[in-house]
Amino acid sequence: MNTALQPEQSRQARTNWGDRLFRGTTATFAGIVLLIVVLMAWQMFGASELSLREFGLGFVVSRDWNPVQGEFGALPFIYGTLVSSLVALAIAVPVSLGIAIFLSELAPAWVRGPFAFLVELLAAVPSVIYGLWGIFVLAPFMREVVEPALRTTLGFLPLFQGPNQGFGMLTGGLVLAIMIVPTISSVSREVLRAVPSSYREGALALGATQWEAIRTGVLPVARSGLLGAVILGLGRALGETMAVTMLIGNRADISFSLFAPAHTMASVIANEFTEATEDLYLSALAEIGLLLFVVTLLLNVVARLLVLQAGNVGRRAA
Amino acid sequence: MIDRRNSWKWTLGCLVAALALLGCAKQEQKSSEKNEPVQNSEVSLSGAGATFPFPLYSKWISEYNKLHPNVRINYQSIGSGGGIRQITSGTVDFGATDAPMSEADAKKATGTIHHLPMTVGAVVVAYNLPAAGDAKEPSKVELKLDGPLLADIFAGKVTKWNDPRIVALNEGNQLPDLAITVITRTDGSGTTAVFTDYLATVSPEFKEKIGVGKAVKWPVGLGAKGNEGVTGQLKTTPGSLGYIELAYATQNKLPTALLRNKSGQFVKASAASGTAAAEGRAMPPSLYVSLADVEGAQAYPISSYTYLLVFQDAKEEEKGQALAEFLWWAIHEGQKFSAELDYAPLPASVVEQLEQRLRGLSFQGKKLLANR
Repeated sequence: MNTALQPEQSRQARTNWGDRLFRGTTATFAGIVLLIVVLMAWQMFGASELSLREFGLGFVVSRDWNPVQGEFGALPFIYGTLVSSLVALAIAVPVSLGIAIFLSELAPAWVRGPFAFLVELLAAVPSVIYGLWGIFVLAPFMREVVEPALRTTLGFLPLFQGPNQGFGMLTGGLVLAIMIVPTISSVSREVLRAVPSSYREGALALGATQWEAIRTGVLPVARSGLLGAVILGLGRALGETMAVTMLIGNRADISFSLFAPAHTMASVIANEFTEATEDLYLSALAEIGLLLFVVTLLLNVVARLLVLQAGNVGRRAA
Repeated sequence: MIDRRNSWKWTLGCLVAALALLGCAKQEQKSSEKNEPVQNSEVSLSGAGATFPFPLYSKWISEYNKLHPNVRINYQSIGSGGGIRQITSGTVDFGATDAPMSEADAKKATGTIHHLPMTVGAVVVAYNLPAAGDAKEPSKVELKLDGPLLADIFAGKVTKWNDPRIVALNEGNQLPDLAITVITRTDGSGTTAVFTDYLATVSPEFKEKIGVGKAVKWPVGLGAKGNEGVTGQLKTTPGSLGYIELAYATQNKLPTALLRNKSGQFVKASAASGTAAAEGRAMPPSLYVSLADVEGAQAYPISSYTYLLVFQDAKEEEKGQALAEFLWWAIHEGQKFSAELDYAPLPASVVEQLEQRLRGLSFQGKKLLANR
């Protein structure tokens, strides 16, 4: 790229006060985000000091959460958060990519607008509504239909064993999936639409079928953007509280069965913070918050690296 | 349209009338000042705490505001834990809690804090039991349980509806061969504290293994958030059994179990059986006591007082006086609103003890309720 055209240099060349003011203002806004993140980490670190000192690293590996005895371990919550988000991604990613491909590549033009609008409308439904719907509709349906069916067909896997109660990891993950589909699919659709049509035309001109054109011409180019969309969805799944806590069964246990009740980091904070009076208890809850922060940060870093790599691969493929 | 000169006259007339009215109002206010000094100026009180008595407290606040429009009370039902934190740090005028404050919390406070029992609530065991023959039909059985059995169900030792011990208490009724889905509260709550207090009282094993608290580690069951969450899961899960506040069971028409009390009687939860429970145990001078498994033929065994927390010495005279007057009203006239909201009115003896305590409240050594 020509260095003379870089914005940095052109800004130095001109001394426009308006531009400087504008630059300063936007920089302040950007700085606020950074400040909030740092303050949040600092505050949570301070609040969880007591628990950090009392339990040390054992907090992360202990399975015991017993407020009556003053024993606190976060492992079941970390497990629950990660597994429920994974279940959600496993269900939501194929569906969302399907929606995105349909809307950007296959659907007739008059369908695209209204359909995209409907999908995005799902994102505006408050999570407590999903939760209530889950309690009264989804959970009974899972208990009566889906879970018995899974057990008869895939019951040899430890994932699908145990009593079918309707409330548990699978139901929690499913409702999360429904909640992140709009996010993933609408971002993916934008990414796919940004792929130049010459790529599709080229593939089609070489005699590819429509599916081959999408697979070889469109998806590799869009790869890093699609990964980014999935990460946005994952971020929402990790932090979602209300709907999950209403459906996941809220037991601080680690079970391989997806039918078994589980618990998440966000739920335990929401559930127990208001009534916690002992200092150690409060501190343990604050440390869970800190852990959630750390887990989210780590996952985001890993995801960024993946996006970078995918971007390189995509560019090479293109 | 009125022409300009006329409109001037109108304005003048209105002004005169308004001034006259204002004068009258002033005079009226002056005459009332002599009788009731609390009435004249605006006072706003803030409180925070337990969610369990919130429906009753908000009813009291709106009724009291009708009688005393100058007193505004704002109650935030943020949970007992928050109520205790806020009163000990002095950011509210009164706190509210279901379980008494711990010694450690009391020490943190900037002054002496009193517990004032305000009403009696009951925690019921609600269930969703299909009929023995037909899984789609709700059972007609009016379930009877006792304390040790209930403790074993919640400890995961009794797991089937047709367990011999349940059958023995419900003779002549057919119970289905179905697993019991235990439903517990997952969020910290006074309801759980009251319920575990009862189970620990009747079962030493429960006390040792699980213990008493607002959030405990249940060995079995599904956790639901809030009374409404437990109610929702109960309604949609056949074979389930859980504990909720009486009001939620009544509003949602859920069947509730009869519990065998200490006198051997099977009792249903109600306002009357709650008051009977309160009469079954003498109130100590501290004004807090557990009502778990009390004596009395009519007493419901899982009843509990719920408390307001107030400072012995008010920070401001005006606020202290308004609060003391409100509390005086609440323990007398306010009690008649209890039953319609499924709370039990306080027994007369407790009201007397409360009167004593309220008369003792002061501001810099000066009694707040000098005229009572």
